Amino acid sequence: MSDSKIKMVEAPEGVEGTGFFATKLDTVVGLARANSLWPLPFATSCCGIEFMATMGSHYDVARFGSERMSFSPRQADMLLVMGTIAKKMAPILRQVYEQMAEPRWVIAVGACASSGGIFDTYSVLQGIDKIIPVDVYVPGCPPRPEQILDGVMRLQDLVKSESVRRRSSPEYQELLASYNIS
Amino acid sequence: MALETSDIQNKLVDNFELIVSDFTQQHDIFSFEVDSKSILEVMQFLRDDKTLRFNFLTDVCGIHYPDAELDRQFAVVYHMHNWMDNVRIKIKCFLNGENPEIDTVTSLFLGANWQERETYDFFGIIFKGHPQLKRILNMDEMVSFPMRKEFPLEDGGRTDKDDRFFGRTTDNC
Repeated sequence: MSDSKIKMVEAPEGVEGTGFFATKLDTVVGLARANSLWPLPFATSCCGIEFMATMGSHYDVARFGSERMSFSPRQADMLLVMGTIAKKMAPILRQVYEQMAEPRWVIAVGACASSGGIFDTYSVLQGIDKIIPVDVYVPGCPPRPEQILDGVMRLQDLVKSESVRRRSSPEYQELLASYNIS
Repeated sequence: MALETSDIQNKLVDNFELIVSDFTQQHDIFSFEVDSKSILEVMQFLRDDKTLRFNFLTDVCGIHYPDAELDRQFAVVYHMHNWMDNVRIKIKCFLNGENPEIDTVTSLFLGANWQERETYDFFGIIFKGHPQLKRILNMDEMVSFPMRKEFPLEDGGRTDKDDRFFGRTTDNC
């Protein structure tokens, strides 16, 4: 592949010899998951517009294996919450999260999803981490597409290094239990 | 022939005497106060009278005056519009602070349904006879009426708002 412009993901650490390559299952599964994260965009305001730019050809989230937007939570791995979440919207967001199959990851894009942003008011949820666990927070009001891509890449790092057994670990069960999600 | 504000005032005074009061011209809108018990009949007259013809209820909203005397702590404001002469009026009804109740006008204008629900949602003003008086914008579990002055505007659950990070304390640098 010397003169090809196509960039490939590097092979994980392992033992290589003639006709074989040995590595850990965790890293292989992590590599596969990290490079095919199917996003579920939950866009409620201006951060969603920035995400539309991120999806477009200029920034092209497809380079990270995430071009397949899933508008059904059942076929998505990565929930991107972009925008102000009103308290009335909170149970709906929670239901969307609950419908996603494991393994599932959440990115809070922008100030509103991360902390409520400028909307410190009675009607707005003060950060989605009040109702669902969040893996990556992207700062910005709204963040630029580069920042959203950076958030996706940070999430890829998490996914790559995650143990395949993490989702059945007591710590993870405890985390879900703290959000009353069974 | 355009509809003059003096005509509106004379007609109302002739028909309702003391029920309507405090006629003022506020910028370009003619305003007056109506006794809250009589809003329904006054509004019906404004709508059905052959010359007044206020055929459209533009808006219903509430106001809270916590420092006013008890009988005038809440107000419901109605905006009406005569499409034929393009004239608008504003009607204010004052309500008791402990028991804010007024008749619904949904029997005259179906469009008042959601506007009265919104006023109930934010101010807790009870519209007697309303077909479905429940919250419309806020979540159903909410216990406060957020536009009343005694309820804090800011959310109590905010955790990232540390004054030290915003230069609002004396010893933060």
